[in-house]
Parts: sequence; C-alpha cells; structure tokens
Amino acid sequence: MSTATTTARAVTTSTIATGKSKDRNLASLIFLGVLWFSLFFGVVVLLALIIDTAIEGSGRFDHYLFTDYEKSIAHEQAQKFSELRGIPVEDLSNHFTGFRGGILGSLWLMITTALLAIPLGIAAATYLEEFADSSTWYNRMIEVNLQNLAAVPSIIYGMLAAAIMGLMGFQFKGIVIGGAIALALLILPVVIITTREALRAVPQDIRQGSLALGATVWQTTRRQTLPSAIPGIATGTILGLSRAIGEAAPLIMVGLAAVQWDPTGFTSKVEALPMQIFRMASSPQEAVQEAASAGIIVLLAMILGMNAIAIIIRNKFQRSW
Amino acid sequence: MPLSSREADLLNVTPIRRALVPGLAALALVLTACGSDDSDGNGNGGTGDGNGLDTSVTGEVIVDGSSTVYPMTSTAGQLMKAEGSSIEVSVGESGTGGGFEKFCVGDTDISDASRPIKDDEEVPVCEENGIEFTELLVATDALTVAVHPDLAVDCLTVDELVALFGPKSTATNWQDINPDFPDEKITGFIPGTDSGTYDYMAADVVGDESETLRNDFESSEDDNVLVQGISGTEGAVGFFGYSYYEENADTLKAVAIDSGAGCVEPSAETAQDGTYTPLARPLFIYVNNKSYTEEPAVAEFTDYYIANLADIAEGALFIPLNDEDYAATQEALAGISG
Repeated sequence: MSTATTTARAVTTSTIATGKSKDRNLASLIFLGVLWFSLFFGVVVLLALIIDTAIEGSGRFDHYLFTDYEKSIAHEQAQKFSELRGIPVEDLSNHFTGFRGGILGSLWLMITTALLAIPLGIAAATYLEEFADSSTWYNRMIEVNLQNLAAVPSIIYGMLAAAIMGLMGFQFKGIVIGGAIALALLILPVVIITTREALRAVPQDIRQGSLALGATVWQTTRRQTLPSAIPGIATGTILGLSRAIGEAAPLIMVGLAAVQWDPTGFTSKVEALPMQIFRMASSPQEAVQEAASAGIIVLLAMILGMNAIAIIIRNKFQRSW
Repeated sequence: MPLSSREADLLNVTPIRRALVPGLAALALVLTACGSDDSDGNGNGGTGDGNGLDTSVTGEVIVDGSSTVYPMTSTAGQLMKAEGSSIEVSVGESGTGGGFEKFCVGDTDISDASRPIKDDEEVPVCEENGIEFTELLVATDALTVAVHPDLAVDCLTVDELVALFGPKSTATNWQDINPDFPDEKITGFIPGTDSGTYDYMAADVVGDESETLRNDFESSEDDNVLVQGISGTEGAVGFFGYSYYEENADTLKAVAIDSGAGCVEPSAETAQDGTYTPLARPLFIYVNNKSYTEEPAVAEFTDYYIANLADIAEGALFIPLNDEDYAATQEALAGISG
C-alpha cells in the first residue's frame, strides 16, 4: 500500500511542478479538486465543531473544572443558600461545577480496561496467528465472529457486562470493574485484530531463523515474534482505549451513576467523563451547558494525549527489516 | 415558632423518630408549623430553619430512576455534602421504568420517578421480592406548552391540546385547531417516546387508549433541541419541563392552558395552587422502607432531603410543593419507621 501511495504522490507532485505531463487534463484536475474538497470537508467540519465548542466553553477553563465535582444548583439560589447557611458559594453554584468525578473515573476505567483487555486480546491474537490451524471450521468461525464483533453497537456490550456482573453476584453494578468489563469487551475485537496485523507484519524469516536454531514454537513466539510486534500492538491497543474513553452508552447500560466522591479501588462507584458531559449538555441551566462544552475539550485533550502516546511508542520502537 | 439552630440540632430527627413512635403526628405538625412560618410563602422546609443534618453518619445511598427528577436528588446530595456530610450518594438516571426495575429487586435504596409506580406491572414485582416502599411527593413540574414567540396563539384548551398532539390528529395548520388561530403551518417538537414527559402528555393529558401522541412531529430526547427547534421555526409548538421554559423565556412563548376555568399561565404559583391543570405533574421519590429503617445513611439522606425540600426544589429549578402537600410528604416520611 505504501508503494502505491508514494507513486501517486510523486506523479501528482511532478505533474504540478512541471506542468508538462499529459495527466494534467481537465478530468484529472476535476478529480484532484474532488479529492481536495473531500479532505477539506472533513477537516473544516471537525475544526468548526471544535472551535465552536471551545468558544462556548471558554468561560470555564478554570481550576474548578478539574478540582470540583458536579454542581447543579442555580447560581442565584446558591448565593442565597450561601448567605443563609454559611457555605461558600463555590461549593454550591453551578458556575463552579467541575468534572473531577468524570476525569478520575475515566482514568480508573481506562487503567482497569487496559488490564483486562490487553492480556486477553494479545493472547487471543497470538493463538489465532501463531498456533491456530485456520483451516478448521471452528477457527474460521472465530475469525468471522471477531470481525462481526468489531461492528456490534457499543450499548450491547453494556448489556453483556451488566449480565456478567449479575452472574458474579454484584448487586450494584456501577463500579469500576463493571464499567471496565463493558469497555474491555468493546475494545477486545479491536485489540485482537490490530495485534494480529502486527504479528503478521513480522517477517517469516525471523520465525524460521529462530526455529532453525532449535527454538520451539512457543520460544520463538515469546522471544522473537511478540517483541518484534510491540509497536503495532501498543498502537492498536491505545487507539482501542481512546475509543473506549469516549463511550457513554454502554456505561449507562451497566448502571454507572453520578458520584460526588473519588474512586479508591476496583469496586468503587464511578462515573465517566462522557456520561457527565452527556448529562450536563442536556441540562436546562446555561452555566451547566457551558461547563459541558469545556468538558468536551477536556475529553478531546485526553483522547489526543492518548493518541500522541501511541504515535510516540510507534516511532520509538519501530523497526524495519 | 422559630427554633434556634441548636434546638433544631437537638430535634435531630433520628433519635426522636425512634422515641416518639406514637407521637409522630405531633412531630409532623411541629415541622409543618416551622415550614409555614417562612415569609416567602412557598418556602416549606425553608432556608436556614435547622436542617438537622448529622454529619457523623457515614455510608452509601444508591439512587436511580427518572432523569427528570435527577436534578432534585442530585442537588439534595450536593447540598448535603456541602454542609459537611460524608454520606456517599450516587444518583443514576435509567428512567422511571428502569429505576423501578432495579428498585423492586432491591438493588437501589431510593427510586426517582416522574409518575406514580404502576399498580399492575411494577408493584407486583416489588411485592414478589418483599420490597416495601413509601412514596414521597417531592416537587411539582409545570409541563409547559411553548410556541414560537411570534405565533399569535396565547391559550389552548385541553380539547385543543388533544387536537394538536393526539395520535389521531391530522392538523397541519393552526386554523385546523381553531379558526381564530393564525393561518400558519404547525411544526411540532416533542420529547422522545422514552421520556416520562411524553408519557404524561400521552396518558394524562391527551388520554388516548394507545397512550401515544402523533408520530409526525419531530422528537428528541434532549429538551434543549426542542427549545432550539421551537424558537427557530415559525409556527412551531412543543412541550417540556418548566425549567427549560424558565431558562429560555426570552426566546419562547409559553401558552396558557384552559381546562374549563379560564386560561392559566404556567408558573410556580399556578402549579402550586393547583389551578394549572392538567399539566402540573407531580414528581416523586420512592424509598425502600427496609433501607430506611436499617441503614442510617439512607435515613439521614431522606430526612435531609425532605427537611430541605423547598430549597432543593428551587436550586434544581423545580416548583416547591404547597404547604398542604409538603405536610403530607412529611407525614408519609414519618410513617416509614412507624
């Protein structure tokens, strides 16, 4: 694929640069125009959305956004209570609402999800790629189902996780482990598929060299194939996690609820940032909607940060054979 | 009879409740008297009259249910925390029906509801699982029918509401509803079928057997979308909770409702005095009696919630109960442990 891209780009560049190529007829110019339009359309819409959201939330980029929990008491009422009850207005008013619950909750959920999904996903992918006989009917069925699972609506994973939590005997399911099971199930197909791609990209020569030196298949996989595939696996996993961090529907389905406390363990009650944004964006109070816009930017920054980590890992460990 | 805050602290409901089982009615009377003492008229359990919060109680309270009532219960939890309590209240919003599903198997301590529990479907489940509960009326919401501000429609009768929103309605022009109305196309923006607001309009106002509304209106689960649609479309109409109208009163026009006794505007006063019918709807919380009597955190939270009900309702932009309803709620609360 990369060869094709390079060629097309080289041709286009030279065409524009020299202006002599026969390719530069009307049809090719129109085609180029369509390509540019498609690119701009996507980027401009995205930029417009982000800028609009950032402007709307611009009044709320203060420390309360990170240090405080959700507050939904209308400001005038909060001022009244504050005077009468001697509570600082910052502790009550929706002008000081924050996403502490959501941010910490999402971080806990991501760590737990990673702990669940990464070992399972890598193990499953390694089996399918290195050990499984893909001519047997059950392995083919697993492969087809994996592709299908990646396209299942996320809310279904929420129902599945709620059922698993029920079987495990948890009465209240809106805890870290409950949300993490839903998100881990959600990203498992993505992790498996990207890990398999990464394993497939490791040249056969390395495996054969190792086997020729007397290593078993297991030793070859553990010492040669898997380490070589780390950049691809890490990238795929982190991209999977950044999908998970933006999910609200499966978490609501599991039963995560608004909390005013920091999570302290795998069985703590939590909520996630996207849930809090979703709830606050539909509030009638303008101050809360404004805070929701600021929260969207925070979530976006978290996702971009995770993607940046993926790129750094890829660049740091990338090898060419 | 103003109490000093110290006296009020001594009156802290928890020990009293256990000691004065026969005198519960008296307690309710005392509290009611305090409530009606407030100068602002609608301030039952008003600001500052000794909320009786015991900050030494710890524990968890699990609440789920209606997303309409969510702001009330969430505000109660926030206010209690701001006053120094360390009780952990988690508030979900699975919807009224979803809330009762969890409540009736004992997963939650309190269920928020924007309609009463269904006697034929939900109560039997609770009974099967041995869940005894108490219904507490916590606030009133004036369902507001709003139109585009330039539309010359100021008042609708209940029959006109049926003609406008009912499932059999074919009206596409305002003149189809009433010849006196302007010659303008009707564009409707109504809440989604999953919401309690839709259910209330369908079952309690329109009252068609199918319990549905016409399906050619645009619908959204996000009331802010309805507000935007109505304020941006000529001849548009829709309905939502009063707080959404209150916050957007400059871009919408609320329609008065005539249920036979003249046109009544939606407002805190008309919802409280009962004249804004049939669109003033009650909001409830359902408390699991066993949780209340056995878990101090649930009892403390519920007592605090009800003792500060008017403040919580105002803080969450709902309409506080009138004194009579508030007294009834207090009596019901006192009855749980009785």
